[in-house]
Amino acid sequence: MEKAAIVGIGQTKYERRKSGEIYYDLVYEVTTRAMEDAGYTLDDIGDVITVSNDFWDGRTISCMAVQEAAGAHDKNVSTVEGDGTLGALYGLMRVLGGSGTTLIVAHSKGSEGDPRVITNAMFDPVYHRSLGLDAVSSSALQASAYMSRYGVTEEQCALVSVKNHKNAKNNPFAQLPMDITVADVMKSRKIADPLKLLDCSPVSDGAAAIIIADEKHARKARKKPVWIKGAAHCADAYFLGDRNLAEAASLREAAKKAYAMAGIGNPAKEIDVAELYDAFGYMELMWLEGLGFCDPGGGAGMTESGKTAMGGPIPVNPSGGVLSAHAVLAAGLARIAEAVLQLRGEAGSRQVDGARTSLAHGINGPCGQSHCVWVLGKD
Amino acid sequence: MARRVAIVGTGQTHHKSHRLDVNGREMIHEAVTRALEDCELTINDVDAIVIGNMDHFESINCVDTWSVEGSGGVMKPILKVSTGGTTGTSVAIAAYYHVASGLFDRVLAIGWEKNSESDTTGAIITCSDPIWDRFSYSGAIPSLATEASAYMKQYGATQKDAARVAVRDRTHALNNPYAQMYNRPISIEDVMESAMLAYPIKLLDVCPRSDGACAVVFAAEEIAGKISPRPAWFKSCAARHTTTWFGDVDYDTGLLSLQRAAREAFDKAGIRSPADDLDVAELYLPYSYAGLKWIEALGFCGPGEGPRFIWDGNTDMGGKIPMNPSGGVISTNCIGATALLRVAEAALQVMGKGGKRQVPDVKNALATGFGGCWWSDVVVLSKDRPS
Amino acid sequence: MASWLENEEILTRKGQIAMPYAWSVGEVGSRFLVGLRDEKRILGNRCDKCGATYVPPRKNCGVCFHDLPDDGWREVGPEGVVTSCTVVREDSPLAPAKAPFAYVIVKLDGADVGFMHVVRDNLEKLAVGVRVAARFREAREGSILDIDSFVIL
Repeated sequence: MEKAAIVGIGQTKYERRKSGEIYYDLVYEVTTRAMEDAGYTLDDIGDVITVSNDFWDGRTISCMAVQEAAGAHDKNVSTVEGDGTLGALYGLMRVLGGSGTTLIVAHSKGSEGDPRVITNAMFDPVYHRSLGLDAVSSSALQASAYMSRYGVTEEQCALVSVKNHKNAKNNPFAQLPMDITVADVMKSRKIADPLKLLDCSPVSDGAAAIIIADEKHARKARKKPVWIKGAAHCADAYFLGDRNLAEAASLREAAKKAYAMAGIGNPAKEIDVAELYDAFGYMELMWLEGLGFCDPGGGAGMTESGKTAMGGPIPVNPSGGVLSAHAVLAAGLARIAEAVLQLRGEAGSRQVDGARTSLAHGINGPCGQSHCVWVLGKD
Repeated sequence: MARRVAIVGTGQTHHKSHRLDVNGREMIHEAVTRALEDCELTINDVDAIVIGNMDHFESINCVDTWSVEGSGGVMKPILKVSTGGTTGTSVAIAAYYHVASGLFDRVLAIGWEKNSESDTTGAIITCSDPIWDRFSYSGAIPSLATEASAYMKQYGATQKDAARVAVRDRTHALNNPYAQMYNRPISIEDVMESAMLAYPIKLLDVCPRSDGACAVVFAAEEIAGKISPRPAWFKSCAARHTTTWFGDVDYDTGLLSLQRAAREAFDKAGIRSPADDLDVAELYLPYSYAGLKWIEALGFCGPGEGPRFIWDGNTDMGGKIPMNPSGGVISTNCIGATALLRVAEAALQVMGKGGKRQVPDVKNALATGFGGCWWSDVVVLSKDRPS
Repeated sequence: MASWLENEEILTRKGQIAMPYAWSVGEVGSRFLVGLRDEKRILGNRCDKCGATYVPPRKNCGVCFHDLPDDGWREVGPEGVVTSCTVVREDSPLAPAKAPFAYVIVKLDGADVGFMHVVRDNLEKLAVGVRVAARFREAREGSILDIDSFVIL
């Protein structure tokens, strides 16, 4: 892969309900911030990729609502409907294909729709939708399969919520900074066994944007570029019954490819900090395994030993992760933005000292059917 | 430096108003299988997939992950691109960038729609802003009717002029067994006598709604020639998706998005005089009046000259620049596939695989996409490898 | 905050996209649903290449990417073993049962993939590994809900 870098980022604060702003406003806010961050004007932006979803936005051709807000007037523009990491991947392709620079922006206002109905629509209309499955109940099935396969306990999953909500206290953009204990998680309201309220991410309003540039354009940016070392995606089978829900096979495949691009042989050693799509506590454990940070079934032990905590050898979700702010679609782009801040040394009180290589990760579809892995480098 | 990219295979379903014999995934699988057969590849040869449709026509959230059994995406990279009517060209352009970036060598582009599964207009209406536009000015027909009446007033074009475009496309569909309106020719009188939907648009001026899918295989320059003896090189592309509100559209200046996208794509492809330098055009004309006005935006003729250009036979088979040998959108409209069908049909012409609808000696072919809020995509394909 | 907002509220406009849908089940899926409706039988089909037996049946194998043969049809279940489960504690307007009820993935006897459905009773006995059997509805209409639920054996 030719050299490309992330030169600008922008995020809104993630909140339960942003009643004062329509999503056009959120997109405009982060587009402007990302350009300021890069020291670019609109003339410096080549192509634009917007990321939106017709179900979450409650309108057909949802991208129609944000084209001008994204600075796309009279530019080559397109739209990815999926997690922000996938939009960023298309943005990278545009840059490598000659656009010079590409701005990618994702937004979501979860407060405006009913997440049960919206995520129920991910399931097959003939065989599964009438069962009423949604993102939470289907993930509970995955948690059940994973925990019974590896003997993982609910308390071990709760450690992820405890860690990430605590980390969120250092992130001014996070929605849910909290000091909670494993006992708090265990006694929180039962939603769908084994998932309890504090095992689940919130649904947030928010937006995020990044700007990718080729080597030549990256030199013109205001800040030191963060280089893209590897990026890859992969999807598993669709029907939950067709998948081995206890393993993240497609994540393993995407990671393998991203690591090969980045020349990473031992991810647990070579990656200094990771931002993962922890929509539920158990997911972070599974993703640690899928990313090869530990052996299959080793996610709980790795978390218990503090390896993924701030100060550990590989802090995971210093931002507080998706558990602390979950603007769907934007959440993957936020992972990339946070991974950039870490390598710039601009992460403030959530900074991981001396981070030179960071990883960002996004998911799409039910129970992490599709994964996208990004490896970023300071050098 | 971007790699050169070519189309090496295409496949499409036989488009129908209702395909009850298959579900969406199975219909997609049909098109994908045909595209792979066309270039003698297997799904194992495909490195990545781009898929597109419009969510509310089938109410499937995350079509990329829903589709994998049919699209071939099990344990493969797949992502979804969706931009309304332009979805098909947007998917093609995305597949191009997958390969041009150097990240993937062989990429499958898929567009599909099962319009029989819902109320097409009911879904389209929801593209309008829910607070400002949805209750009043929305859906496809009202905005198109506004454009048509403005064009007629500006240049004195008539309903008959438009009917001539509809008749051309339906006549061309006689040569395309995949078209929904295959073997169903119409006359100018038929168009004039068909039901008035919204003045001046009548039933036979507009596209049908179809069930169908299209798949196109893109390959990198190093391998394209090995896969296909005569690949269709992807010469250039451009997109303009600017407008958000229908009220912002200036109907008197022509279709601005198409003018701008075409100018950029033609510049990149070295097309100076479109009517001379292009040999065939597959245009996303969702209604007949577009066949008058939008060919002006593309520079095939001057402003207001569309009707004359059409009546003189320039755009018929055997004319100076045959348009829509496939029968176009007026003969088939499976919306998420529609613009990709334009690309596939243009590729067939360049590859010499057009069968009865083949235009002789095609060197450069044009494909366009239309959708959203007066948005346009433009793609130029060529027999010649880009320099 | 803009100064004019001090004495006014921010408005929202309520609405919904309520669209009618008629999803094509297709030939293969129809045979499966008719089997539930008319014979109370759960039909799967087998890929002659990789040997996997699918339920619900498929027109093509997603892994091998070729059409499944006509002679691959077979009855699976109606018993099987639970491979994952969740007891749902909150009511949802979309669910076919009031909480608490359970979602299960069941490896039906004779099938190689899991089958998703619900369990209504004896939830305290539900766990990964227990055996269950399909219970059919009296009034059946050719839908996945012709199976009322799975009962713990």
